[in-house]
Amino acid sequence: MAISTETYLIVSAILFTIGAIGVLTRRNALIIFMSIEMMLNAVNLTFVAFGKELGEIAGQLYVFFVLVVAAAEVVVGLAIIVNIFRSRDTVDIDDINVLKG
Amino acid sequence: MMEYILFGILSLVAVVSGVGVITLRQPVHCALSFLLTLASLAGLYLLLTAPFVAIIQIIVYAGAIMVLFVFVMMLLHAQRGEGPTQYLPWQGLVGGMLALLFLGLVSYFSIFANAAKTSVSPAPPVICQAPKGLGDIPSMAHCLFNQFLFPFELASVLLLAAMIGAVVLTKKVE
Amino acid sequence: MAYLWLVPALPLFGFLVNAFLGRRLDRKLTGLIGAGSVGLAFATTLFGLIQWLQRTAEEAATPVIEKLFDWVHVANFSVGMSIQIDPLSLLMMMIITGVGCLIHIYSIGYMSHDRDYSRYFAYLNLFTFSMLMLVMADNYLLLFLGWEGVGLCSYLLIGFWFEKKSAADAARKAFIVNRIGDFGFLLGLFLIFQYAGSLDFHQVFAKVPGLPTDIVMWIGLLLFAGAIGKSAQIPLYVWLPDAMEGPTPVSALIHAATMVTAGVYIVVRSNVIFAASDVASMTVAVIGAATALFTATMALVNNDIKRILAYSTVSQLGYMFLAAGVGAYSAAMFHITSHAFMKAALFLGAGSVMHALGGEETNIQKMGGLYKKIRGTAIAFIIAAAAMAGLPPLVGFFSKDLILESVFHRGQVKAEGILFFLWFIGIVTALLTAFYMFRAVFVTFFGKPRYSKEVESHIHESPRVMLWPVWALAILSIVGGVLGPGILDLGNNLHNFLKPVIESHAASEGAHSETSIDMLWGIALTLISVLMALAGVLIAYALYLRKHEQKMPDWLKPVHNTLAHKYWVDEAYYYVFIVPGKAIAHFLSGIFDLTILDGLVNGTGKFFDGLSNLIRKAQNGFIRSYATWMMLGVIGVFLFWMMFGVKK
Repeated sequence: MAISTETYLIVSAILFTIGAIGVLTRRNALIIFMSIEMMLNAVNLTFVAFGKELGEIAGQLYVFFVLVVAAAEVVVGLAIIVNIFRSRDTVDIDDINVLKG
Repeated sequence: MMEYILFGILSLVAVVSGVGVITLRQPVHCALSFLLTLASLAGLYLLLTAPFVAIIQIIVYAGAIMVLFVFVMMLLHAQRGEGPTQYLPWQGLVGGMLALLFLGLVSYFSIFANAAKTSVSPAPPVICQAPKGLGDIPSMAHCLFNQFLFPFELASVLLLAAMIGAVVLTKKVE
Repeated sequence: MAYLWLVPALPLFGFLVNAFLGRRLDRKLTGLIGAGSVGLAFATTLFGLIQWLQRTAEEAATPVIEKLFDWVHVANFSVGMSIQIDPLSLLMMMIITGVGCLIHIYSIGYMSHDRDYSRYFAYLNLFTFSMLMLVMADNYLLLFLGWEGVGLCSYLLIGFWFEKKSAADAARKAFIVNRIGDFGFLLGLFLIFQYAGSLDFHQVFAKVPGLPTDIVMWIGLLLFAGAIGKSAQIPLYVWLPDAMEGPTPVSALIHAATMVTAGVYIVVRSNVIFAASDVASMTVAVIGAATALFTATMALVNNDIKRILAYSTVSQLGYMFLAAGVGAYSAAMFHITSHAFMKAALFLGAGSVMHALGGEETNIQKMGGLYKKIRGTAIAFIIAAAAMAGLPPLVGFFSKDLILESVFHRGQVKAEGILFFLWFIGIVTALLTAFYMFRAVFVTFFGKPRYSKEVESHIHESPRVMLWPVWALAILSIVGGVLGPGILDLGNNLHNFLKPVIESHAASEGAHSETSIDMLWGIALTLISVLMALAGVLIAYALYLRKHEQKMPDWLKPVHNTLAHKYWVDEAYYYVFIVPGKAIAHFLSGIFDLTILDGLVNGTGKFFDGLSNLIRKAQNGFIRSYATWMMLGVIGVFLFWMMFGVKK
């Protein structure tokens, strides 16, 4: 018997939650970024699982595009982090709190 | 049988290394842990008859993006861990609880809502018919260049924009 | 007749020129424009009058109405800027432009040393324009426009020398007291519009017979309230004596000949309304008579020559209202005309006396023996005073006698005792009038001189530009009698002239029977009034011209004191109205406004300030808290889906 889709969804949900905890808890900008990537990966897993269940190739194609977007996002995001480091000499996001009301 | 064992090992490794990503002190350790996560995910894709996606995952995600991450960590001398928490002391607790609540909700939807659905609604329309089989490269190519041509082109534009953006952002100001 | 819009337009033009360009113009030119515009208006009016007199009887029965343009047009309320030419308005126009022109000419000389020459003429022209609009209007709203305009000009002109505190106070008093009357007037207008649906004279007068009697009574009373304010009757007369702070020609024009007669004009114009309500008419008559007597008593002891004339004006206005109240409308108009001549002559003459003595002196106790020094002015003044006292054959005799006859006759016709009582008051007031007028004459012009030597050296007769208008008015006081009925009831010219206005409406028939008094009664009444006048003159002669000084007996002293203090009316008004009013104003401005209203406004601001202070704590700059809020949002969406299902 094949593994049911729900199981994959649960795994994906757990990974997503782990990523979310990382975003909410850690203070290093790079770690937060990696957590976001982990969330994206969890979503990819969901796509592929549903694609398998419905017999669609479109699920994997969506993963393809998510990958492209993740790559682009990482590039730009890291460039910004490098810039912030250059001006502030820290990657602790709690120190970057100038935009407050 | 084999499938179950493989699935169990791979998901366990994925979750454990995921926890490792958010728990380890040194950023480089976290990056390595993440690599492990990516690899086990690639294995899971293979289990789901998506070979192309698995390979792409290794090559692009693990091979390019994580390398980029490590490069930047080197650049930023991010060897030190984070210092003690100065602001928002209860953030960890609140964040953790919210995330677990989220997990509960999503699980509820995955398990129970899914069961209720399949019995009632009609089959959803097919987006793209795979000519050869699920996960085959020819099938993916067929759908990619027929159905998803426009998004494909847009994706390349997006990559171009990201490249230019990165160059512009990191230029040293005179 | 279509050219008669020029009559108010010319003074308006004079006002505009003098107001905006006056500073730069040569003094002569200012005076020329000021007086000339009114003079041209007079010529135009005269031309119009001649044209009118050539009309046949039926033509003369309908007024000429000329609509200049649409003024107000809102829903079903529409009022036009239209002027009405009929005998009543023509008469008033002649008085305003004629007497006004003479006073303007006089002012050229009187104000020649004043630094605000052009402002004076600008205001005077503006006043003339407003007064003309008042009398030429064919609807109540336009009349009210002129009404307010003359009130404003009165304020501006009384307070002409505004740097003097007493003048500024007097101007304010005049305006505020006037306003009280205007309030009543406006209420009357509202009532008229509500019940008659229009403010045009014709439409209103046509509807009066159909209105309920108590409404007509209230309309009449409210309109008369406005007249009380404007024409200084009891209880709103207190502003007129104080108004003497203004330049003397202003007193002559506004507070003798024209503005104060606006109240009488309004009663005569609305004769349909008053004739339809006995209560309103009787109120008018009673207040008129009471005022006549009351203010005449105050003139008996006053020592300021202008104030004597002011009280005299109020008293004579009382006569006019008495006449209008008993239905003798043409007698009232006749008295307006004659009073205009006499009082203007007296005021201008008084101005000449002041001018001769240096310009500021008004206390008659500091004058005396001026007859030999300024004979021209003196003779004109005495003529006018004699006319005022009611000595035949001057015009004052004719008009006053006509009023008294009408009152008496009406008492006979309606067999109401109160009318005889009013007649009696009128007779006593005639005696007092003669007395105080000649007291003024004797103390000012005769007897031992009581001014200082240095003043004496400056005494000189007025220049021609001032003397001739005084004489012109004095001559008019002599010959004006032709307008009224002769002693033996020949003619009655003015009454015939005004007939279309007074007797053109069915409601007013039967209320006028002035001329059908019994011949014997007529002669008897005339003799009585002549006797009263002569008695007044003789008593004044006895008290003030005999060589030895008279001492006042002790029993008379408290009476004299009360009269000299004007019955303490001003003080009473102060304590009853002004002091509480000030207290309320203090409370409202200091406490209510500052605390409550400002508190409300500021409180609203503070509330939102506090609220935003609370909300902005969410923007603390920490990315983790922002992420937390996002997470909460996502959970919220999931919960929503859980409860209501994912909508397709």
